[in-house]
Amino acid sequence: MTKTEFPPAIKSRPVYGVLAPRPGALHLIVADGDGAAAVTDLLAKASDRASMLASTHIIYTPGPDGTDRSADLAALGAAQCYRAPTIPTLLPRLQRVLIDAHMGTQFYLAGTEGLIGQAERDIMATGFPATDIQKEHRGSTVRRVQCVHCKGITENVATDPFKCSHCGLNLYVRDHYSRRLAAFQGVNIDAEDPGQIPQSVVKFK
Amino acid sequence: MSLDFKPGAFNGFFRDETFRDDFTYRNSPEGIRRFPFPFDRDDYMYSVNMEPHTSGRKGSVFEHTFDVDEHYVSEMIDRAKVLAEDPLRCQSLPHMTLAGWDLLELIMESKARDYPQWFSLTKDGNRWHWINRPLGIDQTFTFLDESTLPYGPFEYITRQTQGDFSLQDERDNDLWMDAGMITSQADWSLDFDIGMSFMEWHAPVPLAHEKGIFDRALKFLLKLQHGAPVRRFNWTMTVNPLLDTAPETYPKWGPTRTTLSQDNMGNKMHLRVELQALFRLPRSNAVAFSIRCYLGKFEELVTVPKWGRRLHRVVRDLHPDLAAYKGFLRNRDAMAQWLSAYDDGKPTSPGWWPED
Amino acid sequence: MSGGAKLNVRVAEVVEVNALIKRFRFVNRDGSPMPAFSGGSHIVVEMDDSGTRRLNPYSLMSDPEDRAGYEISVRRDDAGRGGSLYMHNHVKPGMEMVISYPVNLFALDSRARKHLMIAGGIGITPFLAQIAQLSHLGGKFELHYSARSKPLGAYMDRLTQAHPDRVHCYFDDEQQTIDLGRILSMQPLGTHLYVCGPKGMINWVLSTAEKMGWPIHALHHEEFLAPGTGKPFDVELAVSKKTITVGTTQSLLEAMEAAGVDAPYLCRGGACGQCETNVLRCDGQLLHRDHWLTPEDHASGQKIMPCVSRFEGKTLVIDR
Repeated sequence: MTKTEFPPAIKSRPVYGVLAPRPGALHLIVADGDGAAAVTDLLAKASDRASMLASTHIIYTPGPDGTDRSADLAALGAAQCYRAPTIPTLLPRLQRVLIDAHMGTQFYLAGTEGLIGQAERDIMATGFPATDIQKEHRGSTVRRVQCVHCKGITENVATDPFKCSHCGLNLYVRDHYSRRLAAFQGVNIDAEDPGQIPQSVVKFK
Repeated sequence: MSLDFKPGAFNGFFRDETFRDDFTYRNSPEGIRRFPFPFDRDDYMYSVNMEPHTSGRKGSVFEHTFDVDEHYVSEMIDRAKVLAEDPLRCQSLPHMTLAGWDLLELIMESKARDYPQWFSLTKDGNRWHWINRPLGIDQTFTFLDESTLPYGPFEYITRQTQGDFSLQDERDNDLWMDAGMITSQADWSLDFDIGMSFMEWHAPVPLAHEKGIFDRALKFLLKLQHGAPVRRFNWTMTVNPLLDTAPETYPKWGPTRTTLSQDNMGNKMHLRVELQALFRLPRSNAVAFSIRCYLGKFEELVTVPKWGRRLHRVVRDLHPDLAAYKGFLRNRDAMAQWLSAYDDGKPTSPGWWPED
Repeated sequence: MSGGAKLNVRVAEVVEVNALIKRFRFVNRDGSPMPAFSGGSHIVVEMDDSGTRRLNPYSLMSDPEDRAGYEISVRRDDAGRGGSLYMHNHVKPGMEMVISYPVNLFALDSRARKHLMIAGGIGITPFLAQIAQLSHLGGKFELHYSARSKPLGAYMDRLTQAHPDRVHCYFDDEQQTIDLGRILSMQPLGTHLYVCGPKGMINWVLSTAEKMGWPIHALHHEEFLAPGTGKPFDVELAVSKKTITVGTTQSLLEAMEAAGVDAPYLCRGGACGQCETNVLRCDGQLLHRDHWLTPEDHASGQKIMPCVSRFEGKTLVIDR
């Protein structure tokens, strides 16, 4: 499993790179599912792996498809390594760590867009520049989508169009992405012609 | 719902009309003559098309920094209704408060200078006294002290000013849309787009990125100086005089696009013109976009022969990607058919003024 | 719109701050208030130095809420091209001058949780306005300010008096240095760093911060380059169909203006990018001195910043 390649898209769609070690007093790593492989690759690239591990804090949760590589991460020997059962239980720990963190902290996010986006949102809220957070996509491409009509967020959207899990409207999924909401935009597909809904296809796996 | 202001007068000048339900909005004959018709030639393609926002022809929408026209009071009532239904249409991220004060100062000073019969601003140091007679507002407050106004400064002043507004913070050689009052928009969501960079919030626009339009526009706007505002036009089409064509309510207004016929086209189809003015703000170094929406019924616009001819040609020949993005591809042929009755094939003069 | 909107001002006050620095206060000639501005802004002052037109950028140092006037401080540079000498020797109270509207190329990041400021010498001026603005609005800051000696530490007394816990002063002649490593290690997440001073100091601060893992978008600096002097050279202006000679103490931009060619500018110090011009033909060496163009641009030989950069060689044709 390597870095995910996405087709070209509009300019609001996030782009991802490959994690690389950078100097820092603390290496804060947030990952889910197959993002664990990006983390082991990252540490393999460290010029002084032992010293990087000594100042590394890993926060991990299994992916939306159930992939759980927490054992691989625990085996790395980082100063702190924590497995949260879900993204909603992971985020409070991240927020707590951010309160005391200082400049000189390096952020590494890896895994699915839902996890990367929500972690990025919380880091940005401190005033830290979003463009300086490293992100690598691995694993599932399911999307976190906000219904522009009811504002409800549906997690792990695989098909396009899909039914909003809150208001029930049939939504098509745009590439337009809000970093503040950590979500793609879903828009009603049959507003002008109620009931005329194209066949739903699996677009995000 | 209740209004927080008492409309003083629909007397003579300000029209009493609606932008919803029974849609009684229309332009007076004088209003049609001063309509900012956006096409200076018979075809249309994107361009950066910026010019200095200096005082233009007397009586035109360019005469004053912020145009106040016959629809002012009714538009402000419509805005209050939209905000009562959905307060998320006005948002300002916490670091944008100072930019909100900058905008409040710009608007109050401009309106008091340009329309002394309607607005007045007197200052005693930071103690300010603002009177807005058309809306029946009389407010004393302390400049730069949010606790002395009923809303934040940005919301307070844009509830009293026609047109949508967004405030862009400048950072990292980019403009970030970090505040907005967006209730008369051409189908984009402030709640979704707030916080985006210049390229990100324009991402859905087709063709223009490839032409480098946004690269050039951003470069230009980053150099925008206080004291030297600029303006440009944008346009789209709207069925019914509906100011609030928001994605949020698209399931409500989207179906109206299927209600058009040759019989009702002239009354129902509106050319929607955005006069966008851009200002560098002094204390915050932010950039304010004022996006003023003018609605003109097809049947009103064709009373000017030059505009009838030209509108027909523009609609007929527009690139289909643009017609789709502007939301009228499905009706384009019917619109062109209706307009063709007002195009005798004669040449049109350059520029947009009706009489030239 | 070369240079943008202008303000017609009168010199209200000239104060000798120390052996090297004078402070100038400008007020509107018609008595109306000056435009408000944001901390970190500069103005371009137009000078008529016995026939030679000089336009130099200076940071505004006065309180942005003081609408009665603008203040700048000018450090005398005896070896420079003459702008600072003109200000020191010829500008007197009552004189009428023209300045540009303020332009900000060194703005505070308004989302920052804290602003860490590092100043060297005359580099203190933009911070004075920023600190005044933050004091009105309640922003958090910490200033480390070093000067050659106590007498040359302009405005240190007023700063330490107003903000004793936030301002830290250092003097070269007392062998005091800023303990940068310790300071940079203690800043809360969301701090932004700003540095203004001599080139060596700016490089030291930025490279230390980067080595300590600071994100580049949290690092801000301002350095106006003086155009500098050099050998005279000829330039062909393709659009204006003119060939001009750039003198030893003249910049290419100034030479174009002297020849009546309207060229855009904002900072005149190699920072804003406004005067960027395409090079159409170059047989010789472009002497790039700006920090606007990328190293790739410099290497390509296809662009030049006429406000600070020069040329040596046979032929230069530019698109202006």
